[in-house]
Amino acid sequence: MNLDYRSLVWRLALIAVVTVILQIAAVSQVRILGVNADLVPLVAASVGLLCGAMPGAIFGFGIGMLLDLALVETVGVASLILLAVGYGAGRLRELRDPQGAIVPLLVGAGATLVALLGFSMILFLLGQRVPVGWSLLWELLGTVAINAVIATPLYAVVRRCLVAAMPEDPRRRRRRAYTTGGLSPLSKP
Amino acid sequence: MYDKTVRRRRLTLAALVAASLLLLTAYFGESSGGALHSAQRGVFGIFSPIQEGASTVLKPARDLFGWFGDTIDAKGRVNELERSNQQLRARALASSEALRINGQLQRLLNLDTAGGLAAAKPVTARVIGQSPSVWYSTVSINEGTSSGIKVGDPVISGDGLVGQVSTATGGSSIVTLISDGELAVPARISGSGADGVVQTGAGGPDDLRIKFVARRFRVDPGAAVVTAGTLSTSGPLESLYPPGIPIGKVTRVEDPGTDAQKIYLRSYADLQRLEIVQVLTQPINGNRR
Repeated sequence: MNLDYRSLVWRLALIAVVTVILQIAAVSQVRILGVNADLVPLVAASVGLLCGAMPGAIFGFGIGMLLDLALVETVGVASLILLAVGYGAGRLRELRDPQGAIVPLLVGAGATLVALLGFSMILFLLGQRVPVGWSLLWELLGTVAINAVIATPLYAVVRRCLVAAMPEDPRRRRRRAYTTGGLSPLSKP
Repeated sequence: MYDKTVRRRRLTLAALVAASLLLLTAYFGESSGGALHSAQRGVFGIFSPIQEGASTVLKPARDLFGWFGDTIDAKGRVNELERSNQQLRARALASSEALRINGQLQRLLNLDTAGGLAAAKPVTARVIGQSPSVWYSTVSINEGTSSGIKVGDPVISGDGLVGQVSTATGGSSIVTLISDGELAVPARISGSGADGVVQTGAGGPDDLRIKFVARRFRVDPGAAVVTAGTLSTSGPLESLYPPGIPIGKVTRVEDPGTDAQKIYLRSYADLQRLEIVQVLTQPINGNRR
């Protein structure tokens, strides 16, 4: 394991712990229009988008496990769902490599929707009482909407935390050349 | 090389999914003292103080965001509460109205029972119009000849005599109130037993008087005045009003014991706020006592 890779693992672990603590200690207690933001699927999707499918899946599994353990809930449920979220976001990056400012927003909203539906479905299959009806729909759509709003800044924060441990992206280097003083092809004589 | 990487990825993914499902199954299968539950309690024990500290540290931020959330929630709830408030106000008004009408009907029933007026075939009617003049000397009611009402029938409210029917059509009638100057009601002052006629004085509708009381009768303020009914024991001159219906209370007496004595009374019925009345459609024994 080279130094960068180890650094990435440490950073991901730290992100997972901080996210879980933030979610439990603060974010879950702030309700807007009866719903609250859910940072965990957003962070899992962000890691998947930044690091790829496998790191995303492993990170999703890990943060899900941590969440289940910290909340004293059924172990394995969050792991399974967030593993899918991280993997899916990572595969999207690997297959399509979407660019644009709106990508984190759309991926965040999608990840939240998948996570919430997944939770509801698995809990329903496990025989737990799920409030099926308008309340669930409101909870689902409200959380998706709030998460969509915070998805882009959260993605930027995760990216900032991980960027130093990640290999240099050639496209990023190229764009930097245009925006930090380098000449644009259009400006050349 | 590529195939190997893909295989490894798939294996890792399958292992993670399998691990999740195994954990899930094991968690459900074991008792609360099992390994996973113990590990969970251990992690919870480690996380609890961290959570507590984080919760304290993040309280200002939480409060700030909570304030925004509460404000948005409050704005949403204002409309909801206003709608609810309107509905409750309308319901309260309806209840209050129903209670008031119920009170009036109850008083009417009491009057019918106590005064033996049930045999007079009372027809209950709602006041649907009132004379717009300041005198309020007539009201219209929503029952008419189709209910057996005819001109001249006495009209009472729960408090006492109101007037008499002056016009009757199929479905509605006009009631002339006792405050009308043209109406004269044979009356008796309870206690003294003095007979007289209740009419409106020159002062207006509130100026009810009982006239033609013989000077030998001593009349005190506060005495009740009721309808006298038919005074003669036989003959065609029957009173329109059954005996014993409360009319009002003597308020003051001027020049008592003289031929010029003036006895003022106040009507028991609130003639300006009538809602439910009864029309007595059938005289009992020629309205004799």
